[in-house]
Amino acid sequence: MSSNTQPIIEMKNIEKHFGSVIALAGVSLRVHPGECHCLLGDNGAGKSTFIKTMSGVHKPTKGEIYFEGKPLHFADPRDAISAGIATVHQHLAMIPLMSVSRNFFMGNEPVRSVGPLKFFDHDYANKVTMDEMHKMGINLRGPDQAVGTLSGGERQTVAIARAVHFGAKVLILDEPTSALGVRQTANVLATIDKVRKQGIAVVFITHNVRHAMAVGDQFTVLNRGKTLGTAKRGDITPEELQDLMAGGQELVSLEGSLGGTV
Amino acid sequence: MSEAPSPALSDDERIKSRSRFREALIRPELGGIVGTAVVFLLFLLFASDSGMFNSQGIMNWSQVSAQFMIIAVGACLLMIAGEFDLSVGSMIGFAGMMIAIFSVTLGWPVWLAILVTFALALAIGALNGFIVVRTGLPSFIVTLAFLFILRGFTIYLPQTVERKTIIGGVKDVAEGDWLAPIFGGKIFTGLFQWLGDAGIITVFERGTRKGQPVVDGIPMLLVWALVLIILGHILLTKTRFGNWIFASGGDAEAARNSGVPVNRVKILMFMVTAFCATVFATCQVMEFGSAGADRGMLKEFEAIIAVVIGGALLTGGYGSVIGAALGALIFGMVQQGLFFAGVESSLFRVFLGLILLGAVVLNTYIRRMITGER
Repeated sequence: MSSNTQPIIEMKNIEKHFGSVIALAGVSLRVHPGECHCLLGDNGAGKSTFIKTMSGVHKPTKGEIYFEGKPLHFADPRDAISAGIATVHQHLAMIPLMSVSRNFFMGNEPVRSVGPLKFFDHDYANKVTMDEMHKMGINLRGPDQAVGTLSGGERQTVAIARAVHFGAKVLILDEPTSALGVRQTANVLATIDKVRKQGIAVVFITHNVRHAMAVGDQFTVLNRGKTLGTAKRGDITPEELQDLMAGGQELVSLEGSLGGTV
Repeated sequence: MSEAPSPALSDDERIKSRSRFREALIRPELGGIVGTAVVFLLFLLFASDSGMFNSQGIMNWSQVSAQFMIIAVGACLLMIAGEFDLSVGSMIGFAGMMIAIFSVTLGWPVWLAILVTFALALAIGALNGFIVVRTGLPSFIVTLAFLFILRGFTIYLPQTVERKTIIGGVKDVAEGDWLAPIFGGKIFTGLFQWLGDAGIITVFERGTRKGQPVVDGIPMLLVWALVLIILGHILLTKTRFGNWIFASGGDAEAARNSGVPVNRVKILMFMVTAFCATVFATCQVMEFGSAGADRGMLKEFEAIIAVVIGGALLTGGYGSVIGAALGALIFGMVQQGLFFAGVESSLFRVFLGLILLGAVVLNTYIRRMITGER
């Protein structure tokens, strides 16, 4: 969790222009393995554009991306996924009518060969699903339980567990708690904590300071396409973060705690 | 979070325990199973002395049910993949007519006529699917167009080449063909002869076929139905492609995000539906020895009804091939059973409507139990 280790992903002075609109005007971010990096910002701050750049959806107009120390260029999201950057979107890739186990392995179904024929290995899929869900602290009635019966928070957890199981090194969570109730939010935050402890780098996008403070190791605030600064846990209070997000009116008084990165 | 330090993870107070019986009860096929049992019971009570359950009677309604089953398998897989095909009935008429034109009018060998017709049907199925996934239009509209296009050709072509709308003589040209018996033949004829000799099933009392059993074998139509049901069921539940079918119909966008080739799945399912319709048509042409321009009318709706009775969701993503087959069985038994029971035949539609309504209500209830939606 120390900043001395090599960052798994580093974004340097990323700029992204859409025609005449400058969505990102030089954003920098370093994420270390086993660290939860919170990306905060109000609506329109450029959070979405930034994570889309990180996950290969957009190509940066300017700036460099280093993945495990090497410069990297993603041609499309598939490249990012195979490199180990997984994104869990607000609108999940989950199908309510299908069972948890079928959802968990959707697109990555395990197969068992019987002669020349290949069959979906339900036993393996069910076992892995139950194990992974158990690790995340979710009790399923059975692996054939439909996703539709799970709460919003549990669905987020299934999606996160799926990404982790399929080898994510960097997990980008796009506002996973924005539509959830208090208790479900707590469940998701607990899941983030578990994932982080497995050595996976988590990029947690939110505009809720309290959610960020609950699990974050580092906090980066975006405002109008710019980084307002990165602070470590303990160096900043929730009130200060809140003010930063609101537009940085009290920026000057915060300069010290932000470590001169403004 | 820490108010419950997870004492026994397997005992979550939020999950209501369910009995094994209830567990076994809630399956997509349940509606079909209940319906089949009810229909059987009703006809056993009211039509048991009508000959419905002797060898000819059983063969009669099994054959009608098997017809429904063949097209229901295709319609079921396509519906689970999230699409409809309203051109099934027209495809049956068209495929039958093409076999007759190729073999009788053009004089091709019957096996070639059948193979070319299958290729043509699969191509039309693929075109249906291609248009649907490319334009994003509802399959309802695209296949409705093909309902008319194919029916139009089915009437126009025989009138142009033969100046009539029914082409006969297929039986004569199919004599000695190697492929035709796969669709029009019968199996286990020896067994049925033995059963007849042993007095277990009825034999003809007089006439040229004296001593031969009235039911002299299992028609290939039944074999096709059974094989398609088994293959369809395995494909859907036991393969990764089956998972893709569910995913494509459940939420195409979510499936795409997870790397499922949704377009390919949908186009293939349109082709499977066309294949099933062509199997139906070929069996029918081989049995009747002729092709008619009006064959297969309304079959698309009958297939969809069988699938819905069988527990599939009209909006896709949920259903079962076994359920669809049971739906087809119910459909066939009711249609023929009312005849055996001496009920006015026009009342068949009333019964059908009532069964459809009952099945849909029951299935909606079952589905809510499974998925926990409210």
